[in-house]
Amino acid sequence: MKPAFRNDAYAKVTGAAKYTDDYTLPRMLHAVPLHAQTASARVISIDCSLALQSPGVLRIILAEDIPGSIKFGQIIKDYPTLAHKRICSTGDVLALVVAESRAQALAALPLIKVQLEELPAIFDPEQAMRKDAELINPEYGSNICNYHRVRTGDIQEGEEEAELIIEQDFSTSRIEHAYLEPESALAHLRSDGVMEVIGSMQHPFSTRRFVASTLGFELKDVEVRTVPIGGAFGGKDDTAALVCARAALCAYLLKRPVKLTYNREMSMRESYKRHPYRMQYRMGVKKDGSITFVKVRMVADGGAYCSVTPWVTWRSTVQCCGCYEVPNVHCDVYGVYTNNVFSGAFRGFGSPQVNFAIEQLVEIAAHKLGMDEIDFRRKNMVKQGSTTVTNQVLDTHKVSLQEVMDKVLSEIDYETKRAKCSFGDPKQDKWYGIGFAISYRGMSLGAEGVDFNSAILNVQPDGSVLLETGVHENGQGSESAMILIAAEELGLPVERIRYRLPSTSNIPDGGTTVASRGTLLGGGATTKAARILKGIIAETLLKEYDLSAERFEKGQILTLEGQTICTWEKAIALCYSKQVYPYAFGVFQAPRVSWDEETGHGDAYFTWVYGCQAVELEVDPKTMKVTLLNLVAAHDVGKAINPAMVKGQFYGGLAMGAGYGLFEEVPLADGGVIPTNLHQYKLMRATDLPEMTAIIVENPDPTSPSKAKGIGEPTLEITAPAIANAIYRATNKRYVDQPLKLRP
Amino acid sequence: MIIVNGNKYKIEPALLDKKLSEWLREDLFLTGVKIGCEIGVCGSCTVLVNNQAKRSCKMLVKDAVGHEITTIEGISGEDGTLHPLQQAFMDAGAIQCGFCTPGMVLSALALLLQNHQPTRSEIRQALKGNICRCTGYQQIVDAVEMAARIMYPRIK
Ligand code: FES
Ligand code: FES
Repeated sequence: MKPAFRNDAYAKVTGAAKYTDDYTLPRMLHAVPLHAQTASARVISIDCSLALQSPGVLRIILAEDIPGSIKFGQIIKDYPTLAHKRICSTGDVLALVVAESRAQALAALPLIKVQLEELPAIFDPEQAMRKDAELINPEYGSNICNYHRVRTGDIQEGEEEAELIIEQDFSTSRIEHAYLEPESALAHLRSDGVMEVIGSMQHPFSTRRFVASTLGFELKDVEVRTVPIGGAFGGKDDTAALVCARAALCAYLLKRPVKLTYNREMSMRESYKRHPYRMQYRMGVKKDGSITFVKVRMVADGGAYCSVTPWVTWRSTVQCCGCYEVPNVHCDVYGVYTNNVFSGAFRGFGSPQVNFAIEQLVEIAAHKLGMDEIDFRRKNMVKQGSTTVTNQVLDTHKVSLQEVMDKVLSEIDYETKRAKCSFGDPKQDKWYGIGFAISYRGMSLGAEGVDFNSAILNVQPDGSVLLETGVHENGQGSESAMILIAAEELGLPVERIRYRLPSTSNIPDGGTTVASRGTLLGGGATTKAARILKGIIAETLLKEYDLSAERFEKGQILTLEGQTICTWEKAIALCYSKQVYPYAFGVFQAPRVSWDEETGHGDAYFTWVYGCQAVELEVDPKTMKVTLLNLVAAHDVGKAINPAMVKGQFYGGLAMGAGYGLFEEVPLADGGVIPTNLHQYKLMRATDLPEMTAIIVENPDPTSPSKAKGIGEPTLEITAPAIANAIYRATNKRYVDQPLKLRP
Repeated sequence: MIIVNGNKYKIEPALLDKKLSEWLREDLFLTGVKIGCEIGVCGSCTVLVNNQAKRSCKMLVKDAVGHEITTIEGISGEDGTLHPLQQAFMDAGAIQCGFCTPGMVLSALALLLQNHQPTRSEIRQALKGNICRCTGYQQIVDAVEMAARIMYPRIK
């Protein structure tokens, strides 16, 4: 394979790359947060007098000091920059201590005296849903943050046609993103009146809205700049944006630069987690293996704040039956407020939960029917031209589910190895199991959001190129992918293209870099900008040489037939001499999607991706310890722009998905996070993982200008059920609660 | 006195009880020392102390007195040429967010200085103390293998 290309690798591997906390500014102050640590209470008083006398402390900031809005949110504005009078979650921040040094700020924290009146709290979503339950967010008027449904076909008919009905409940856990870099922000009020912020956040435009709302500024008066960030995985949106808003608040009030860096304990206490789900499935099948209906009720614990719960649960709704054709569907999904630490975006975004259930359910059904689980899947899976459960016809792209499944099963030699599974054989001292899972995934935001992005290509007089897009580098290599796309379109070496340090004041709001939409949307915009740019250059060349520039290759510009017109540099010089700017602004607007909340029907996503993963493992019958032996994955990525980085997404997703399956979970006590640091939250380490195989499948997508689709999320959404299926074949027991805690 | 990346530093008594990681970051501006947990479990603050991989968040400045410390900033050439391990990390695609990278490279370097031809499982063992949330470690192990072949070519 070609060596990986990354524009930021040199800086990162030499230690030169500067993350937020690595920056210092002259006269910079430090802030730290005071957390509530109580899930539900009324604030009676906050006495700062003692803390203010502590050395180095300059000010303690409370909610009353906020010049703009105290609360903000991406969907519902319920998330307080600083808690005001009422505490709803243990992660609420009551005050910010600002001091000359971080140590001084930390030392003053315990000196703040908070008087609270504890109030009853609700930690169980089912209890929160009851009519008589106390309201967590009274302004919203209900503890049901959102409700989505699907009504397809006639569920009664499906019940009648069924020859076998399976009922099974599943549950999944709350998990921590555990990005290696905790949140950090550095803000200063510039002399031109602009609040400038850098931060470890994944959505500069959302961050800008949080900052502007807190300060009461217009968007033009806040500039959020991008610096390297140490991982996000969906987890550096709301909380990270608020950390930036708080730093900006301090900088605004003290008129000095302020850095607010979280330690791991603060980060784990306050940051949102993956939604825990409870899912009740009822599925009917005929003897020939066809699914006649699926009825499902899901409840997602959203915690104290809405965040993006309606969007996360919407994806679960659209994908409620996994990648199968089901004629009759009755699906109810609830996102619910509780006083638990809140839930939000997390790589996968509502699909890992559903796949965990469905990919076991189909195997339970196949087993009960005495049918091969491969055949059962083949019979029911979506194929070219299939209609999804939300009534979308899959015909805009290649439906490659069968292809990815076949590739994985043959690579791992599934059918031969299946015969060796132990099924809990008491005579064996190691139990062997193999399992797999498949999925499809709607790409990008779908009908849950406005979906477009832009790119700027600005060619300099010497022919070098500045590129910028509305996509944010979260560590996944999106800038490199954009550079590669531009380089290929323009026929230039990557060295000639620089990804300009992005800022919210320079490029239009491109939405958040979530939903595996970076390459798809940003790449689409880059492709479009490159095509516009080539048109501008071609027009100039036509006037000068009367030749039609059609091909941009290896720094040369050629006619269709291959006649060289001139070099890239000469063409650019010509543009400038003719008063033409070789500058292009490209926009990619996602194709139209639709959704009807009543029926749960619509073309939910404009394109889909398909994936399959398989795992081999061993269980020690004495300790019930699971050892992973092999992981194989195939995903259709449309087109692999940067193959080594695409594989990196496979491996990283598999590792995270395996941790999700086997042990990751954030236990709570009275709504608060129990683990205080990574010693109490197990993550996959190098020795926990087997060698992995990544199979890149490429079916160029006609709806994507660059032909590429996303890969960040599909890679972790089916690892857990593949493991669960393998554990079943090793132990002869079904584990329906994630993480999979094996019992002797 | 402490030697850091070949430079000698005299230590004021007031600094002796400072965390080594903080001294390196705040006083020497060696911000390639990353802080992920501050309690010795993530490995992102790894430095070499006399060529042994150590977590600098678990050491005080006084523990380093009389020793030689290498941070990520100290392993490439003066002219910016990369150490073979650094080059291998780049080529193998072992870098995503990069926050674990300095610690990973230094843990791997400590291994290769001891063991010139480690197996993949020995590499995994040596990197066990370094968490990477992005890469699944696969390409990091590839990179270390690749670097070993370049640093210590096998005589045919
Ligand atoms: S910061 Fe030192 S081991 Fe995590
Ligand atoms: S590359 Fe992000 S933690 Fe390793």
